[in-house]
Amino acid sequence: MPSILQLNGLTKSFGAVTVADDLSCDLEQGEALGIIGPNGAGKTTMFNLITGTLAPNAGSIRFQGQDVTSLSAARRCRAGMARSFQVPQPFSGMTVFENAMIAATQAAGLSGRAAETLCLDVLEQTELMNKANTLAGGLTLLNRKRLELTRALCAKPKLLMLDEIAGGLTENECVSLVRTIKEIHASGVSIIWIEHVVHALISVVDRLIVIDFGRKIADGEPKAIMKSAEVQEIYLGIAIDD
Amino acid sequence: MRVTRTSSAASIAVIVGTIILIALIAAPWWAGRADMRLLGEIFLYLALASLWNLMAGYAGLVSVGQQAYVGFGGYMLFALTIFGGLPPLVAIAGAGVLGALIAVPVALLIFRLRGAYFAIGTWVMAEVFRLIFAQVSALGGGSGSSLPVDIVRSMAEGRDAREALSYWLALGIAVVVIAAVYLYLRSRQGLALTAIRDNELAAASLGIDIWRTKFVVYVVTGALTAMVGALIFLQKLRISPDAAFSVNDWTAFVIFIVVIGGIGTIEGPIIGTLVFFALRETLSDLGTVYLMVLGLVAIIVMLKAPKGIWGLVRARFDLQLFPLGYRVIQNKTDKD
Ligand SMILES: Nc1ncnc2c1ncn2[C@@H]1O[C@H](COP(=O)(O)OP(=O)(O)O)[C@@H](O)[C@H]1O
Ligand SMILES: [Mg+2]
Repeated sequence: MPSILQLNGLTKSFGAVTVADDLSCDLEQGEALGIIGPNGAGKTTMFNLITGTLAPNAGSIRFQGQDVTSLSAARRCRAGMARSFQVPQPFSGMTVFENAMIAATQAAGLSGRAAETLCLDVLEQTELMNKANTLAGGLTLLNRKRLELTRALCAKPKLLMLDEIAGGLTENECVSLVRTIKEIHASGVSIIWIEHVVHALISVVDRLIVIDFGRKIADGEPKAIMKSAEVQEIYLGIAIDD
Repeated sequence: MRVTRTSSAASIAVIVGTIILIALIAAPWWAGRADMRLLGEIFLYLALASLWNLMAGYAGLVSVGQQAYVGFGGYMLFALTIFGGLPPLVAIAGAGVLGALIAVPVALLIFRLRGAYFAIGTWVMAEVFRLIFAQVSALGGGSGSSLPVDIVRSMAEGRDAREALSYWLALGIAVVVIAAVYLYLRSRQGLALTAIRDNELAAASLGIDIWRTKFVVYVVTGALTAMVGALIFLQKLRISPDAAFSVNDWTAFVIFIVVIGGIGTIEGPIIGTLVFFALRETLSDLGTVYLMVLGLVAIIVMLKAPKGIWGLVRARFDLQLFPLGYRVIQNKTDKD
């Protein structure tokens, strides 16, 4: 399988703090990768670097074989990357449907009926249809997160990047979210998913990486990773002497 | 499930708007000379306000220097007719083209500035324009010049015909500007611009080229503002640097109009223009008190209705005369 995404030595510092430290990682076409790590570890920063919201201090990013390190966020999106924001970023003065239309027209490049039909289908899938005509600024946090997923899907991405979208969902909602993401994965879309709700994450991803202080400290089969000592230390807060 | 982009309010607005437009086109046959001059001025302000609103209200480009383009357009009318020998109507179009050309380097310069610095930059550019045109002695330097009588005469036979023509031109540019803004905002590019208005981070992440979108808006606005400027000074028949590049006349009043009418809506500048001229016509005899009343109205509106008069109406009645958005209509058979 060819790689869809290759990160090579990505490094980013804010002042004296290094939030991405020589990150390297390969994602195969169609693979679903999970990312875990404590708050402030640099997971969202990694997304910002991949999507072009932030420029790295060093390192490179290849997407579908092409070096995109110097491309704008907009160009990378049109090349097939779409993300959700951990802190939702709705177009507040536009309705939910119009938010979706932005993704369908600008990112996926659709127009007219084709764009409208895609948006309606995705709104059905993400269970936001009953809010289609509501201004996005008036949504609850939960629905804003649904809107993040909706927009990312309406962009028809080849690589879908999700940043903590399961937090705050009820068990039923979580089950239906997992089902949706599995469907998308099954349709051939590559996925990177940052998530604290580990059981939901594990049920979807093929592979898991762990980030701490901007470094990748583990990379492998999800269940094995979760059992490893370092992950136990981070998640259970048990200090292991070395 | 279906998606619609019209509403019954909009259909009524089309009918009412068409009737008003026909009545306005016929004004030379029913209105007096003074009324037509006033209407012409209203149309030109309506055009300026709609353009400033597109730039500030949608593209987030808060310019306080649009007088640069008004004055530039006015001077180009004079230069192209006097030195270029062009008929005034062609010169107006020429002013638009040159306005676009001059807007390109200006944009490259001031787009490096953000927020308040951008606003100050636009004002500085307008001052630079004023100082440059004050140096052009062929156009009267600092004291300005008048449009030669033979050029004025070349427009149409007789004063009535000329006044009617200049009235129709003003009406025409207002209609063209509003129609252009409306069609643009409904287009794919306009959707992108509206997204930028709401959230630049998300817009960029969804494939929207923010710089290019704003650049296009700035250049097109510059071109159309220059054409409006040419028309303004075709009515006045006289131009001077201070009148052409007046920040009061071409920017402060325009901002007042947009803010009280409702920024970021097409309807806002229309309402604002009507309110502005209603105030001006009833209070202008009061001298400085008139300006104080304008200021007071602006403050009250900003405090009580930050989205302007149209924002208030829209919130209360969910009304859109120029429907830009999309509505999803759920079929009656769909339940839940
Ligand atoms: N734009 C920024 N400027 C300065 N510091 C930042 C910025 N973005 C993130 N950080 C810092 O980088 C660190 C990593 O943040 P983040 O990537 O959001 O972590 P995570 O998503 O893993 O919780 C945090 O300490 C955060 O405060
Ligand atoms: Mg995060």
